[in-house]
Amino acid sequence: MELIPFRPDAESFATHHQRLGPLPSLPPGQLIAELEASGLLGRGGAGFPVARKWRAVAEGSSGGAVVLANGAEGEPLSLKDRSLMAARPHLVIDGALLAARAVGADDIIFYIGVEHRAADAALRHALAERPAAVRSRARIVKAPVGYVSGEESAAVHFVNAGDGRPTTTPPRPFERGVGVRPTLVQNVESLALAALIARRGHDWYKGLGQCPARGIGLITVSGAVNHAGVQEIEFGSTLAEVTAAAGGLRGEVQTMLLGGYFGGWADVDEQWGKPLDAQSMRARGLALGCGVVHFLTPERCGVEATARIMAYLASQSARQCGPCVFTLSAIAEATRRLAARSPQAHDLERVARWSSELPGRGACRHPDGAVGLLQSALKVFADDFAGHQRRHCLTVFEREREAVA
Amino acid sequence: MNDTVLWYATRGAGIVSLVLLTGVVVLGVVSVMRWQTALWPRFLTTGFHRNLALATLIFLATHVVTAVVDPFTALGWEAAIVPFSSAYHRFWLGLGVVAIYLLLAVVVTSVLRPLFGHRAWRTVHWLAYLMWPVALTHSIGTGTDPRFAWMLAIVAVCVGSVLGAVIWRIRRAAPMAWRQIPAASRQAQRWS
Amino acid sequence: MGETLQIDRIRCDGHGLCAELLPELISLDDWGYPILKAVAMPAHLREHARRAVDACPVLALRLAAAVKTS
Repeated sequence: MELIPFRPDAESFATHHQRLGPLPSLPPGQLIAELEASGLLGRGGAGFPVARKWRAVAEGSSGGAVVLANGAEGEPLSLKDRSLMAARPHLVIDGALLAARAVGADDIIFYIGVEHRAADAALRHALAERPAAVRSRARIVKAPVGYVSGEESAAVHFVNAGDGRPTTTPPRPFERGVGVRPTLVQNVESLALAALIARRGHDWYKGLGQCPARGIGLITVSGAVNHAGVQEIEFGSTLAEVTAAAGGLRGEVQTMLLGGYFGGWADVDEQWGKPLDAQSMRARGLALGCGVVHFLTPERCGVEATARIMAYLASQSARQCGPCVFTLSAIAEATRRLAARSPQAHDLERVARWSSELPGRGACRHPDGAVGLLQSALKVFADDFAGHQRRHCLTVFEREREAVA
Repeated sequence: MNDTVLWYATRGAGIVSLVLLTGVVVLGVVSVMRWQTALWPRFLTTGFHRNLALATLIFLATHVVTAVVDPFTALGWEAAIVPFSSAYHRFWLGLGVVAIYLLLAVVVTSVLRPLFGHRAWRTVHWLAYLMWPVALTHSIGTGTDPRFAWMLAIVAVCVGSVLGAVIWRIRRAAPMAWRQIPAASRQAQRWS
Repeated sequence: MGETLQIDRIRCDGHGLCAELLPELISLDDWGYPILKAVAMPAHLREHARRAVDACPVLALRLAAAVKTS
């Protein structure tokens, strides 16, 4: 296992060094070229090509850039980043150092969610094991709790001013970020993978994965499975393989959530033999996102599960933009009424209208992500929603039917 | 130029300025309160607010120039520029000079708003609530017309309008709060 | 020379003057916040767009050169 070892405790610098050897001293241009050839995509959720991001920052920087290793992991269903930092902190530090060299940065910030205590402790300890030259350039900043805190402009805003709310872009962090300097905001898993690719070359990474998908990555499997947790997978693995590694499904699971709260619902049977990788999923209208694979317990109603997520997302709004404050709240409220089977006359209709009006009308993509989830719910749970508008729950009905039979 | 004409011009322009300024302040409040009807959209309020302010400047210029040039008042230009430096009605006239400076600050920051930025503009704009009472006090103190009923009536209407507007503003909650419109009603966008 | 309207969504407070002055391109949602129509700015509306930009009480609207985003 490259990223997550079987041992639960943090790997020491000695072990890390012994296992992987020293950090290669590739010149910046070559390093970025290796990453580009490998096709490494960002693992924070957006899936943006890593090399392209590094290049954009490098171009704007004349030596004073900043690297922000993003380990905020605000997505409640995702555990991979904190697990990676807790288990392999040195790999993450290596990745950050490489990024700093590639973009010409003197400052490295490890942005760790304040509640990820194991990750924080591991990283602190790991930094202490490093030479002074590294320690003096790096610092840990604790990210505030909240869904949006990992958003790149929010991270930069928090480091700059202690305010973890997204800001209006442009300018984006790669142009003007921490201390007004070009800032590379990169997910910690992406940095760890970059550190491996730098040592082993792009061919190694491309050789992994199940054709035509390439590479490896971390996913978090949760919900109605026997052994929930973080898995390291080769991209292109099927849902069946991933579920088997998680000890199999618990019960007659019908629906799953892919990609996290900004992802979407999918039918388990439909996806069972299909590969998990960003590209092919996008072609199927799904998103790998931050690698969340969550199975909905069969007894739970999809409308109710959706309503809970919408309520959470509405509560996590930074409350800076009218549409996110009012429209998203209204959508969450209407979905809650539908879930409770006491909807107003045109709730379903209004929810559809408001969600079509909402995308792109906030300073960040929070409302867009929420709408994406809702629209996938309206599709996958279409019958359930229609039933709820008529004050009738199919899930409960089926349970009662089975109980009687 | 006839003395009396200048004297009447000064007083007339002054009174018109006061009335216009009252209108400007009231329209400013109406604008913040986001008041509108089917026949009176908000851009009319903001448009009048700005245009009346600019019109006021013209009448104020007339008021100041005729006052300085008038041999009866024996005011030099210094009196118009340096507050509280005139021999004639030192305090009340000085207030007028102060009011003009405050008004100029508000107008200049407004006209050059993209340069100053929203926060600076907003901070200076609050001075309007100081400028108006100072201007009013100036007109009551220096004016030779208060003994006339019509002048009292004008002052009463001006004071009443601004007081009414301000009370209306204070009593109504902040804009975000009043936006809890029942989602069922669509806030009408009547212009298409 | 394509120009687009851009809204600073954080500054925008839903005053709605932009929608009054440029209803062809800007409409308001149920809470008074602007929805921009995703079309290119026709030349005959440019002057109206400038007026709308000028009218915004919080300077949230601006005309910017259209940038192609991939």
